[in-house]
Amino acid sequence: MSATAVRTPAPATAPPGARSKRMKNTGLGVLAWAAGLLFFLPIAWMALTSFHAETDAATNPPSFTAALTLDGYREFFGAGGGASPWPALINSTVASLTSTLLVLLLALPAAYALSIRPVKKWTDVLFFFLSTKMLPAVAGLLPLYLFAKNAGLLDNIWLLVVLYTSMNLPIAVWMMQSFLAEVPVAVIEAAQLDGARLPTVLARIVAPIAAPGIAATALICFIFSWNELLFARVLTGVVAGTAPVFLTGFITSQGLFLAKVCAASLVISLPVLAAGFAAQDKLVQGLSLGAVK
Amino acid sequence: MTAISTPPAATTRATAAPGEPPNGKLRAWATRAPLLPALIFLIVVTQLPFVATLVISLFDWNSLYPDAREFAGLANYGEVLSDPDLRSSVWTTILLTVTVVLVSLVLGLLLALLLDRRFKGRGIVRTLLIAPFLVVPVAAALLWKHVLFNPEYGLFNGLLSYVGGPQPDWISEMPLLAVEASLIWQWTPFMMLILLAGLQGRDHQQIEAARVDGASDWQIFRHLTLPHLRRYLELGALLGSIYIVQNFDAVFTLTSGGLGTANLPYTVYQTFYQAHENGLASAAGVLVVIGSIVIATFALRVVSSLFREEVSR
Repeated sequence: MSATAVRTPAPATAPPGARSKRMKNTGLGVLAWAAGLLFFLPIAWMALTSFHAETDAATNPPSFTAALTLDGYREFFGAGGGASPWPALINSTVASLTSTLLVLLLALPAAYALSIRPVKKWTDVLFFFLSTKMLPAVAGLLPLYLFAKNAGLLDNIWLLVVLYTSMNLPIAVWMMQSFLAEVPVAVIEAAQLDGARLPTVLARIVAPIAAPGIAATALICFIFSWNELLFARVLTGVVAGTAPVFLTGFITSQGLFLAKVCAASLVISLPVLAAGFAAQDKLVQGLSLGAVK
Repeated sequence: MTAISTPPAATTRATAAPGEPPNGKLRAWATRAPLLPALIFLIVVTQLPFVATLVISLFDWNSLYPDAREFAGLANYGEVLSDPDLRSSVWTTILLTVTVVLVSLVLGLLLALLLDRRFKGRGIVRTLLIAPFLVVPVAAALLWKHVLFNPEYGLFNGLLSYVGGPQPDWISEMPLLAVEASLIWQWTPFMMLILLAGLQGRDHQQIEAARVDGASDWQIFRHLTLPHLRRYLELGALLGSIYIVQNFDAVFTLTSGGLGTANLPYTVYQTFYQAHENGLASAAGVLVVIGSIVIATFALRVVSSLFREEVSR
């Protein structure tokens, strides 16, 4: 959609009042830019601060033009003798990627049975999936904690994998259902009349049409898993702690640590920013559970 | 081929594919089979723990004194509703959710209207506006707590000192507002995206016709755009509410639930994680669920009306 934004129609004859209208348009464009920059300002400032020395980061008034350094990043990665973020980053990667893969494995067949060859009352099933997403995480937190404690699964990354899979499964089923529903039934039937078997139909007809949607679904599931804090905070500790849990270590920090906390926040947000921009066009559909296209 | 596919899609789709078991019952199960792993997984992982929460909420159970566990009926609910701390966390949850949802909805609408017109660099501005939503929530809360709100060297007071303004200690002086501000910053892009999608689905011919008939911008907005956007506004409000009622990250990071900012999810966390009151925590958890069900009922209705429109299209 951004590609079409540049197209500006030039009217052959300027109607009266066109000049004031053009000025109004320019004004609103400037306003939009100002709003965009204002919303981005905290992130830009975080990025700039992460490249400042700690002494330059903690000044009032702020030093915009201080010398740039990578010390904040070196500190974050454990150069100053602090805890290394690598275990947390690896835990987050494992939890997010594995749970996303599991979500796809479970959601794809389910979405198939809700769109291409739908079961009876398939809309009811679809809404059951959605309703589980509306159950708040705290609703089952305590029993899950007690279960994990008794089963010896506390501080185990695989417990998070299972929970993140259940957290994202309803969204994935909804998104995937809407993507698979776009595959024309007539084409599938024609292929089957020609003798194509199910695996061929899936690989040759369904996959190419649904692939961009499946990719976007995966990216959104990845983002939600990477961001999750409550389960990770309660159910993990030193071994299986994820990146957000690592960040909570900065909550009560004192002294000179601004550059380090900015570097940490930026590095840990980077995968989400990348995934979010990659899925930008399908982001709304995923976040609105497929209701808005 | 075209003659066969004229009956409604649902019935054509259900006709047998090659290699299908002949028995009708078996065939029905073969259709259902791909659905079952996901359904069973979801029921086991989300519904069973909630049932357990319901049961635990009926017990007087502190995990530090496991032997003193006994059936307490609805006493925990009575205690949650009469305990001033817990009652204030119910109020905080409502206040936080309503404020954040309404403000980000209004800001999101203004931004969506600005972005729904052609101007240079619209794609870039859209990207800049989405970015706050794509910062890890804990990182965003840390950014506001330490880098923006810090009374001595935060950006806000730094900018204020340029103009000789006051130097407030934001989080101590206005704790709830501080939490709300950081959440509004993150959720406005979400609202904007949904409303922008709504704006782009408007009937442009109708708007042109109204303009030719001499309708002003305000009249078009009031009588055409706003009614069209109504369901998108509802959807944004309801989905936002569902996520923000559950918010834990911002409260935990910015204030650690202090200074009257503890909402229900934080209180549930604290009641069992720090105070070890399992029964009480479960009762509070059930209350969060009841609140969510009220919102969710409306949300499901809006989603289903948009959904049916899509399907019948």
